[in-house]
Formats: sequence, C-alpha cells, structure tokens
Amino acid sequence: MSLDKPYKDVPGTTIFDADMSRQGYHLNQFCMSLMKADNRARFKADERAYLDEWPMTEEQKQAVLDRDLNRCIALGGNIYFLAKIGATDGKSFQQMAGSMTGMSEDAYRDMMVSGGRSVEGNRYIGEKK
Amino acid sequence: MARITASVYTSHVPAIGAALDLHKTAEPYWQPVFKGYEFSKQWLKDQKPDVIFLVFNDHATAFSLEMIPTFAIGTAAEFTPADEGWGPRPVPKVIGHPKLAAHIAQSVIQDDFDLTIVNKMDVDHGLTVPLSLMCGEVQAWPCPVIPFAVNVVQYPVPSGRRCFNLGKAIRKAVESYDEPLNVQIWGTGGMSHQLQGPRAGLINKEFDTMFLDRLIADPEGLAGVPHIDYVREAGSEGIELVMWLIARGAMSDVGGGNKPTVRHRFYHVPASNTAVGHLILENN
Repeated sequence: MSLDKPYKDVPGTTIFDADMSRQGYHLNQFCMSLMKADNRARFKADERAYLDEWPMTEEQKQAVLDRDLNRCIALGGNIYFLAKIGATDGKSFQQMAGSMTGMSEDAYRDMMVSGGRSVEGNRYIGEKK
Repeated sequence: MARITASVYTSHVPAIGAALDLHKTAEPYWQPVFKGYEFSKQWLKDQKPDVIFLVFNDHATAFSLEMIPTFAIGTAAEFTPADEGWGPRPVPKVIGHPKLAAHIAQSVIQDDFDLTIVNKMDVDHGLTVPLSLMCGEVQAWPCPVIPFAVNVVQYPVPSGRRCFNLGKAIRKAVESYDEPLNVQIWGTGGMSHQLQGPRAGLINKEFDTMFLDRLIADPEGLAGVPHIDYVREAGSEGIELVMWLIARGAMSDVGGGNKPTVRHRFYHVPASNTAVGHLILENN
C-alpha cells in the first residue's frame, strides 16, 4: 500500500520527507561538515577534491559545484543543510531563496518588500494564474 | 506549585538576529519589526518569569541527519549559542533548569509523549532570536530557559493535534512541580514563508490572520488543520506554526479554565523571506 503524500501537487515545492532524506543523506551531511571553519577552508581550496571525499552521486556533486539549489533539492538536499553552502559563499538566506526562483536578487527583494509571492495561482500544479 | 502564567508566540527569522547583532534595528527596513516588540520587552520585564519553556526548532544545527528526534527536551545546565556557519551570535549563554526539565520529561513521557532527552545541545537562531526580540541586547537572559526542540525539518513532522495535546501534558507536568515557579511557555517559528524552490517567497497574510484569530479563539479547531493546508497556504516552512499549538495547548482555558487575555498582537511583512507574527496571551 502506498504512503499518503498529499503534498506532491504543490507547485515549485519539494517536501523533504523520509524518502528524500534517504536519497540526500550524504549530500546533506557534506553540507553539515561546512559548519566547521577548517572544512570550509578545505572545501574552498579545492571543491572537487573535498566533494570526492563524500559518497555522493556525481549528479549531486555537480549540482553543488554549479550552486544549483533547485537541482540539489531534487536530489535530496534540504534547504537548511544547503544553507551551509550559502554561508560558506557568504550569501544571505534571502539571496539563496531568491536564487531558486529565476528572479534577480533585486526583483526578489522587491517582491518580498511588497508583501511576498501571492498564494493565488500557486496552490496546485497546473492551476490557472 | 509551579504555574504557567502566560504564553508568547513569535517568528524566529535568522535575519532578525543578524539585524540586531549588526545594530541595524533603526534602519527603515527593520524599524517596523522591532517596534512590534517594544511593548513585549517591557511586559517581560514586568512579568519576571522564573523559567521560560521555549518551543523551537533546530535548523540542521544541533541535529544533522544522524538523529532526528521529533520532540527533544533540553535538560542540561546550560546551552551554548551555535555557530550556524556565520559564526555564533554574540548573545549570552542560555542557562537551563535541569530540575524542572527532568520533572517535565518524567511526567510527559508517562503521559505517552515519547520525548528525547538531550543533555548536550547547542541552540541556534530558532531559540536565541525569540529571546533577543523579547529581551533586547542584554548581558544575561532574564531567567533560566528550557529548550524544547521539535522536528519540523524532515517530514512527517508532528501534527497540529499532537502538538496541541502535548501542550496539555506540559501544563499538567508544570502544575505538578512543587516549587512556586512563574513559568512562561513560548511557541516560535512561522508565520507564512517558503525558503525553497521556484515558489520561494510565498507569503499569505489571510492565512496568517486566520491562524492568529483561531489560535486565540478556537485553538481546538485550529489543531485539526492538516499539514497539507500549511504547506499549500503558508509555504513549506510555514509548517513551523504547529509549534505554536504546543504553547497554546498549555494554556488554562484548554483544561476548562478562563479564557486568556490577549495582551499583545503584532504582524508585519517582511523580515527577509518571512511574515513576522507575534502574540502574547496571559492566563486568568
């Protein structure tokens, strides 16, 4: 019998459930390692070599190298873990969140100041806006 | 006996902590946020709680994917503000209340809530930002704090109903403690926000307003709202709001007492990616 996952039809949203967590375990634990200053320095010195120390998939490594957070999330990454990469790069949470929307940093910030993204038209995949 | 005298609800946006620590509170962007807490800072000074039971969530700081406790009670003597990758916040150490925490753990577990007991835990912005908002910049926090961490990072997170019922068990536990302590319970996180994916930046003022209204007047009904409604309406990270139901469930009216007094209510958009909500309820 399949599990109840009613959140699959929310647009632009990946819910980090037990199954995603299983797929993203090493990716997220790599991110966690960046909490330590020494590891941040080693990662910055040679990103590829540092990533190769982790049993991540090649796709996951490439997504990190590309700083493609949407791809990281599709491959099991969770935003609170991925935020450690942003911290290493000196990015704010707003810059990271904005980078996933296809908007420029200024446009995203302006949207937030104007009250944020409306839920209208954003509740269901395929919903008419 | 100990008594829960009031509950406090507030968002715990990390950028608020950064604004405080970098002395940006007077900037036009941040000024309206901090203005919403001016009353609260004086109120907290006047109330002089002996202990704050602070419900929050860890954001991949103390808990990686190695262990994911659904409910974790901090029973240590002290908790250090964590380095979340930007360096630790320059805020005081959090002093715990191991005796009351152990008492609550014993009572609540016997009431069928399987808490994880944590004797070593660094605390992140989820805990320190609410303290900063309510206390301002201080050399020491005004009283001991019992950190209570809820998993809202990996699904499934506990339901609103489960959180609400846990609040009831916490009140029972506090009221069975012999010393006459003035205890506050704080629920933190939310309000509407989404930090991930193409839908990042979602804010839903109507949902947030409904949530605040029902938290005050119809918490029992609000506890029945399923996860999917939070995700769809308030964003994937809006699910943090279930933690407010723990604090609300610990109020006296839920157990047949008088309705609480709404001492303060505040709402503002945005702080970084998030809607800021804040409420103070006093028991009567």
